[in-house]
Amino acid sequence: MTSETSGFTARQYAICLSGVVWREALRFLHQRERFVSALVRPLVWLFIFAAGFRQVLGVSIIPPYETYVLYEVYITPGLMAMIQLFNGMQSSLSMVYDREMGNMRTLLVSPFPRWFLLGAKLLAGVAVSILQVYAYLIIAYFWEIEPPTPLGYLAVLPALALAGLMFGALGMLLSSAIKQLENFAGVMNFVIFPMFFASSALYPLWRVQESSPFLYWICLANPFTHAVELIRFAFYEKISWESLAAVAAYTTVFAVGALIAYDPAKGMLTRKGG
Amino acid sequence: MSAEPPALEVAHIGHSYGARRALDDVSFSVAPGSFTVLLGLNGAGKSTLFSLVTRLYAAREGKIEIFGHDVARDSGAALRRLGVVFQARTLDLELSVMQNFVYHAALHGIGPAEAKRRGLSLLERAGLGDRAEDKARDLSGGQMRRVEILRALLHEPRLLLLDEPTVGLDIKARADILAQVRELVAERNLAVLWTTHLIDEVEPTDDVIVLHQGKVLAADRSTNIMAAMRTETIGAAFERLTGAKARDAA
Repeated sequence: MTSETSGFTARQYAICLSGVVWREALRFLHQRERFVSALVRPLVWLFIFAAGFRQVLGVSIIPPYETYVLYEVYITPGLMAMIQLFNGMQSSLSMVYDREMGNMRTLLVSPFPRWFLLGAKLLAGVAVSILQVYAYLIIAYFWEIEPPTPLGYLAVLPALALAGLMFGALGMLLSSAIKQLENFAGVMNFVIFPMFFASSALYPLWRVQESSPFLYWICLANPFTHAVELIRFAFYEKISWESLAAVAAYTTVFAVGALIAYDPAKGMLTRKGG
Repeated sequence: MSAEPPALEVAHIGHSYGARRALDDVSFSVAPGSFTVLLGLNGAGKSTLFSLVTRLYAAREGKIEIFGHDVARDSGAALRRLGVVFQARTLDLELSVMQNFVYHAALHGIGPAEAKRRGLSLLERAGLGDRAEDKARDLSGGQMRRVEILRALLHEPRLLLLDEPTVGLDIKARADILAQVRELVAERNLAVLWTTHLIDEVEPTDDVIVLHQGKVLAADRSTNIMAAMRTETIGAAFERLTGAKARDAA
């Protein structure tokens, strides 16, 4: 045991982390609608949008693909990233909700360091988002969308973890700035949709470049593009170093931003009152 | 060692939201093992003070110490001595009472087995032993509040803060909760800071802090405040101090 005044032991940190993840998982299990809708959304894109567009949009051979691929195969990494983006934003929604309900305050009044508490909350959200992605992949498998070798399922895991962290950190940053629950509609319009459409999720970027060089630059700067490419390459057991660097950099920026926003001394919470 | 430091020491705290001054040079202390009432109308600055003591945000002017530990600089040591019951309901409604306890204990580095042992013993002593596996959603408003108070005691704090804990409860539930907390003060030598705008929750032996428009107007034993204001009741003393009428009962 530690004395009353000293810090916590490594074991106590582990207890705290697993407690936060455990609660998130329990809440997730109790919210079945949330799970179903997280699954239905990408499946609608896969079964309806992709089926309709496969004739219209030809995808030439671009890395990491070595042959022509079906459009369904092309958009699957984008849909995996979309699941994680929604999850990240949803946990940001739940943080706004938590804050209104006081649960966020219960978390923040814990004597553990605040960076650790927010990090634990972030990891809990990432774990849930990865479960959702694999649930999607199981269904996609029966639609003959699979990696070249089963190893791809394993190789994509670190990419999902990193992408999940990036979206989670972004969500956390936004959650500190959103005061009202209703603003989630705004997040949909101003964050989720633009990020999803101005990316390589639905069409390869060379196609975008052909029609608008300006849009092409926006797509290149979009963190979502890099999450999609990181996942796309990892699924084929390859690494896109450029995307890895971009995702790591964006994650750092968002996480530092969230820490500052939730820092009791500097944060935006101070200005809001309540 | 010198005498034990106060359970809570608030010294020259000020806070503004933009141009609005929410707290102005607020100072008071809560003695170990005492029941102290922070009395103020809605908008007096009670919630802001509460946010500062629980370190939701940091105090920019002044200092707050819990048993001698600075909340801003030594927050870990300060917060682990502190139990909090927020005004808003903070139980996870979908989770059972015990699951709520296990989560809260984890936030203090206490493992599940120990959390269950402590939780069950607290529930049994409060006569709620049979509700451990019920979902929080199935509890009445008064029971939820009592469970929240027990939850705040899991890590055995020495100072308990309660932010308007009886708001929205019926007379019986209010009386039960007040009795429960006063018993804790006596039994565990727990220091309690009880925030309220309901004057009838004050007893003559309580320490009272009158907060009005961000300023402390009085901080003393209830009887002493009445004597100084030359009034028969603390309600009349409050009126004389603030020029406003406090509410008598819910």
